[in-house]
Amino acid sequence: MTTTPIVLNRDTMTVTRETDVVPFRSRVKEHAVKIGMSLLNQTKLITGASELVRNMLKYGNGGIVKIEIVSKGRDSGIRLTFEDKGPGIPNIDKAMQDGFTTGRSMGLGLPGTKRLMNEFTIKSEVGVGTTVTVTKWKNG
Amino acid sequence: MEKIPILRMGHFLLVTIQVDLYDQLAENLEADLVSMVSKTNAKGVLIDVSSVSIIDSFMGRILGNIATMSKIMDADTVVVGMQPAVAITLVELGLPLKGVYTALNVERGMELLRSKILLEEEDQEEENDDDTDSTE
Ligand SMILES: Nc1ncnc2c1ncn2[C@@H]1O[C@H](COP(=O)(O)OP(=O)(O)OP(=O)(O)O)[C@@H](O)[C@H]1O
Ligand SMILES: [Mg+2]
Repeated sequence: MTTTPIVLNRDTMTVTRETDVVPFRSRVKEHAVKIGMSLLNQTKLITGASELVRNMLKYGNGGIVKIEIVSKGRDSGIRLTFEDKGPGIPNIDKAMQDGFTTGRSMGLGLPGTKRLMNEFTIKSEVGVGTTVTVTKWKNG
Repeated sequence: MEKIPILRMGHFLLVTIQVDLYDQLAENLEADLVSMVSKTNAKGVLIDVSSVSIIDSFMGRILGNIATMSKIMDADTVVVGMQPAVAITLVELGLPLKGVYTALNVERGMELLRSKILLEEEDQEEENDDDTDSTE
């Protein structure tokens, strides 16, 4: 069943520096609290959001995040879209593997975030940029 | 620049993290703790995260680094009071808190560290009995 969710509210935030991470997380939390998301789901959402925003800063030279309150059927949730105009990812399948990193890190940001979210899509084109969209449902 | 206070309690160092840490603050804490362990010869480090609502891979790595470096200086690290939602999220994210012990609260964390010290002392006594060659 793929009904498109209805967008109830839209907010955007530009992220260009490391110091934007904490305020960004607070903003996501505000929206999650507003729709009454459970504490566990909030924690998963914000942790995943933190991973994606860090990737955007580290590999994509920063970018813009869209924070939306969406509703589908009886459930509502938060949808986040991370868009950067960085170098892009040559091999997405590889990037999605646990442990794959080009940044001498742990390589768990992308696969870990996918596990934490209800929906996860990644689009990337070399030389153009990367867009990651995730949704966490209030009761998902 | 604000700093996170490090309390000295006998053989142990205690840090209570009360705010969502900016990266720089977390990195400073790592450096400060490691130098304090070396300066004070502390045998254990307790990090109270009961007020922390998010531990992502960055923060997880800082905790891991503190544990690894403290261990080199013979101190164990215990993270205490992690919120259940945070603990569950860390597991799902797949973040291994390598070399980090966890305990329910500061008291339990202290007990854990004390028991580790006792064990080590026993080991050392045994080693001495065996007349193992000493380094130096
Ligand atoms: N926005 C992005 N732009 C370009 N490349 C990216 C982007 N996000 C991720 N990547 C690439 O995908 C790889 C895997 O990302 P992932 O977040 O899983 O791991 P990591 O960032 O390397 O390590 P960790 O997240 O554990 O610190 C990165 O090393 C990088 O090569
Ligand atoms: Mg990452």
